[in-house]
Amino acid sequence: MSSVSVSFADTGRSIEMTVDISAITTTEVVRQSIEGRRFSPVNALVAFALLFSLLSSVVILVTLLVDTIAAAIPVFQARGFSFITASLSPRAEAAGIWQGIMGSLALTAFVIVVAFPLGVAAAVYLEEYAPDNRVTRFINANIRNLAGVPSIVYGILGLFLFVEVLMRGVFGASTGIAGRNVIAGGLTLAVLVLPIMIITTSEALRAVPGGLREASFAVGATRWETIRHHVLPVAIPAILTGSVLTIARAFGESAPLLLAGAQLSLFFSVASDASFFDLLSDQPYTALPIIVFNFARQPQAEFVALTAASIVVLLVMLLTVNAAAVLARDRFERRYR
Amino acid sequence: MATAETQREIGIDLTGDVRRRRRERVVKAIFFGAAGISILISVAIVLALVGKAWAFLSSIELNQLWASGWFPRRGRFQLLALAVHTLNVTAVAMLVAVPFGLGSAVYLSEYARSGVRRVLKPTLEILAGIPSVVLGFFALQFITPNIVRGLFPGAQSANFLAAGIAVGILTIPLVASVSEDAMRAVPSSLREASYGLGAKQWHTALRVVFPAAISGIIAAVILGISRAIGETMVVALAAGLNGLMTFNPTEGGLTMTGAIANLAVGSDQVAGDVAAFQSLFFVGLVLFVLTLALNVISERVVRRYRQKY
Repeated sequence: MSSVSVSFADTGRSIEMTVDISAITTTEVVRQSIEGRRFSPVNALVAFALLFSLLSSVVILVTLLVDTIAAAIPVFQARGFSFITASLSPRAEAAGIWQGIMGSLALTAFVIVVAFPLGVAAAVYLEEYAPDNRVTRFINANIRNLAGVPSIVYGILGLFLFVEVLMRGVFGASTGIAGRNVIAGGLTLAVLVLPIMIITTSEALRAVPGGLREASFAVGATRWETIRHHVLPVAIPAILTGSVLTIARAFGESAPLLLAGAQLSLFFSVASDASFFDLLSDQPYTALPIIVFNFARQPQAEFVALTAASIVVLLVMLLTVNAAAVLARDRFERRYR
Repeated sequence: MATAETQREIGIDLTGDVRRRRRERVVKAIFFGAAGISILISVAIVLALVGKAWAFLSSIELNQLWASGWFPRRGRFQLLALAVHTLNVTAVAMLVAVPFGLGSAVYLSEYARSGVRRVLKPTLEILAGIPSVVLGFFALQFITPNIVRGLFPGAQSANFLAAGIAVGILTIPLVASVSEDAMRAVPSSLREASYGLGAKQWHTALRVVFPAAISGIIAAVILGISRAIGETMVVALAAGLNGLMTFNPTEGGLTMTGAIANLAVGSDQVAGDVAAFQSLFFVGLVLFVLTLALNVISERVVRRYRQKY
């Protein structure tokens, strides 16, 4: 059942109608009239098996969440939320995840600043400007292939391009962490999500009706004016939702950071008098998923609960952002359609 | 672009003014530059991998690639061992992801009412959004003790079965969504014709729609394999560090991605031991070529065997 509301602009009155639109596809009508309502054991068995395979994903998800939360409870009971603000330590009872949260936020800032504008600009070119020729098809195929490259390979790229060439070669970082800084890590993650960003933005632009563009051209607007004043304003909710989901992906990503310089030790400190620029260029960093990895591979049993607690924090942050993005999308979709 | 063509066909230039046109050209050039960066990224990936892999290969004796086991610090680089272990994990992952992923896809596309769909589809999306390192921990702490040891009490604490099941769970949403798209693209006239001939719903779903969408379904499975081969954090945590080749799924060992992660993490990254660390780039190149080939094949399959309706 789905409700439809119709409002009349002249009187300001609106009426609500409830229509069953869930079962009125033509195919469904054809099926029901021919097959009737007779019970078929094979039908029921197949339907059950298929539903079972779908529901097992739900069961897996619930098991994963329940198991992790249950394992995390001792940490929250013993230390409250103080383990979130505590620093890394090789001792499980003192170790916290603060550096990881800060590192992840800094990395995410890079992803937003670099991958978002580049991704949107590239998608605008491919959808709004590009002629249908070989170059365009090549760029499109290339982007699809980049989206399928394993994330660890982007780590190798980051190690080579950003740590070795950019930081050590161009900026001459050779002492201390020798270029394995948050800039290199952030750029690596930005490059990793760029193809996905382009693909989701392209889809959002493709959903904008062509008539809007033609109407704008017809009154003399140039292509850029059309894009800025008519195409982007309509597409922006979908673009933002897609981008938020993509950035959330970068937030949970850890494999490339193993190579692109996140600290893997359970103890490192950032100088308390470090300026923001120092923090960017010359300080060791780590990320929340990297901390999860690190805790998970410790042999001591006390780290199991700590790992679970870190996962809970990671998932809460991720799911909040994702849910907000999806809800925002639903809201905007209603307004624009 | 449909709109660009329309504009050209009309053949009237309404843009006027030189300054506006200059701005148009500048904006277009900037956007083209942004799109071109993706090409530069590909070039950089290939340069990084090929250059360093070549440096690695020329610094070792080639027969070291056939020595037994993957022990970089001892100069033994048996790529075959890593490949066998990767295959082991991938095979287990597909045993999980193909039936559950395709089953979910058929249900969502052919059986689910829109209300059910609205509830269950986001579950798959949430599952797709869980970071892989979390699944690695789950494999280690839940799948191994409760599932793998339940079936094989003698299984090692890090084993291919647990890693493979976790990788499979990560792959279910991908396989499900790509193959569901393929099945939904099958025109409803085929279903109606099937019902018209007296076929039951299960028959229509599995014997009519499924075969009609087979190109997209095969592509989904190939993409799933590619994704499973490239998955890193799960195997880094749950597949173990053994470098000796084993075919036994209740034992563990380094996969290709596991070996890269281990080199990046571990003490192999010591000054002077250049070949050991550079082997990472060689494995990376093999991984890159393998996954790229699979992705290209899956696209070819879709293009070549797609039924045109």
